[in-house]
Amino acid sequence: MAGVEIRSLERRFGDVVALAGIDLEIASGEFVSFLGPSGCGKTTALRLVAGFDHPTAGQILVGGEDLTGVPPNKRDIGMVFQAYSLFPNMSAVKNVEFGLRVRKQSSGERRRRALELLDLVGLAHAADRYPHQLSGGMQQRVALARALAIEPRLLLLDEPLSALDAKVRVQLREEIRRIQTRLGITTIYVTHDQEEALSISDRVAVLSHGTIEQIGPPAEIYGSPATPFVAEFVGTMNRIESTVSDSAAGTVAFGGSSLTVEEARGRPAGSRVLLLVRPETVELTSPEGGLPGEVVSQTFLGAVTRVKVEAGGSEWSADVSTDRAAAIPVGSKVGVTVPGGSARLLTLD
Amino acid sequence: MTPRKRIAPSAVIWLLLGAAYFLIPLLSTLIMSLRSDQTARCCTAANYSYILHDPEFWRTIRLSFVIALETIVITLVLMVPTVYWVHLKVPRLRPVIGFLALIPFVIAPIILVVGLLDVYRGTPQWFYGEPYGFLVAAYVILAFPYMYFSLDNGFRAIDLQTLTEASQSLGAGWITTLWRVILPNIRAAALAGSFLTLAIVMGEYTIASLSQFNVFSVYVQYINQNKSYPAAAITLLSFGITWVAMLALAFAGRGRRTATGEGAH
Repeated sequence: MAGVEIRSLERRFGDVVALAGIDLEIASGEFVSFLGPSGCGKTTALRLVAGFDHPTAGQILVGGEDLTGVPPNKRDIGMVFQAYSLFPNMSAVKNVEFGLRVRKQSSGERRRRALELLDLVGLAHAADRYPHQLSGGMQQRVALARALAIEPRLLLLDEPLSALDAKVRVQLREEIRRIQTRLGITTIYVTHDQEEALSISDRVAVLSHGTIEQIGPPAEIYGSPATPFVAEFVGTMNRIESTVSDSAAGTVAFGGSSLTVEEARGRPAGSRVLLLVRPETVELTSPEGGLPGEVVSQTFLGAVTRVKVEAGGSEWSADVSTDRAAAIPVGSKVGVTVPGGSARLLTLD
Repeated sequence: MTPRKRIAPSAVIWLLLGAAYFLIPLLSTLIMSLRSDQTARCCTAANYSYILHDPEFWRTIRLSFVIALETIVITLVLMVPTVYWVHLKVPRLRPVIGFLALIPFVIAPIILVVGLLDVYRGTPQWFYGEPYGFLVAAYVILAFPYMYFSLDNGFRAIDLQTLTEASQSLGAGWITTLWRVILPNIRAAALAGSFLTLAIVMGEYTIASLSQFNVFSVYVQYINQNKSYPAAAITLLSFGITWVAMLALAFAGRGRRTATGEGAH
């Protein structure tokens, strides 16, 4: 399998900058997700790698070979699309065989290989069914088998699960990861679903306005967002604009209140910072035990309940166990505590 | 259990009226075709025998069929890649081509033939003097709107970009993609356009007559003018030929579901 190198990749449509010169290296066998909202440039980047669009500037290298000007049918890159893309006039097995037929493999050999791949995606029993006889999830499985049949050096997946229902999505994404790990194929996965990206990737690249805001392992993206955008986009985050009030003690002040945060130590007093705290790390105590506040709403999420608290002039979200949430109904007085080390600070310009 | 739907009496009346509107002229023509050309008495198959034993009938019908097939092939070869390219690469040109396709409807055939005779004057004899040349060129223009709108509908019914890109990502070039992926999925549309073209060519009279080519429509007109009862027989035979073509279309288009097929549940 081949590694991928993207150098200063840029795509402009007139005055609109879809991709503003991204640089990225993907190791051989790695699973990288492009995560971002609509219009962030993630699909543009994928289409450039696939060869369906031409970059305004920059280079794409796969396995050290410059593919920038190579037509898509000569790139040996497999792709699974967001829309159902099976050829309606062919059965599942004929769809999987298609790429091998183009490569002029013998009929027996390509059928054997196609059945092997259908078996890999759990659809050997549906080999002779036509696309309209398959569910959405089954169609995407066949599309995956078809993309893998040509033994591509790179696999691209463009939001392949977005048209499927929630249960099938979870099932299929686990299956995609299992197959990718087994085959060790270098993979780029585009999604706007953070849960999807965080759950199956080796690394996640968060894109916004045509640039990569942050790239790193899922735990790093979630736990240590590098920019306010990443903090906002990935997961739920309490974002409190604050000022470092005591550099030595690590105290930040906001709305007439203050909190001690490990990361504030050593920062110049008076500097403006964004205090980032995940709801699951916020603790609710008695009013005397923390920043005093009042419960303003509760949202049941299953095992936990998200409790919103007005405290220190800001609104805080805290995930508490559903059992405990019953003891602090709306209107209760509580104290907000952020354990040392669980909060992140970003410098505000 | 789904309750059986009852047909409203008014619907039955309308259905009968509609059937009568189509069937009465056909029955009248059938009765007329069975009358003797000499005595005008019923019933004899002599008119059918006369037509079927007339070598000119077979010569002209064969000629018209060959011209129709040539027109269909040329039109498909020109139109399928063009409409494919327009849909895929320059969809904003679709309204422009749709407008151009209406021009053969606007220009009367008599004006068209006069213009074409003038435009092609001076071209080689094998083209200008032969129905397989001049007439086919004229019929390709006539067939343009029928073929274009049929293909346009066919291309709109499939996710052309995704199918093309999927095919390319698997290593297929443009010709393989067009031949193996796109064409089978617009088969019904191409057939519809082809049979409309067949019907147009088989029935076209003005251009053929003015350019002095003795094709099937000219032969039918000749019989109509000279022999009224055999004319009824040939009318029904033409009608039968059209129906066979329509049935062939229905049969060919009956195949597997294409891109518009709904997913399994």
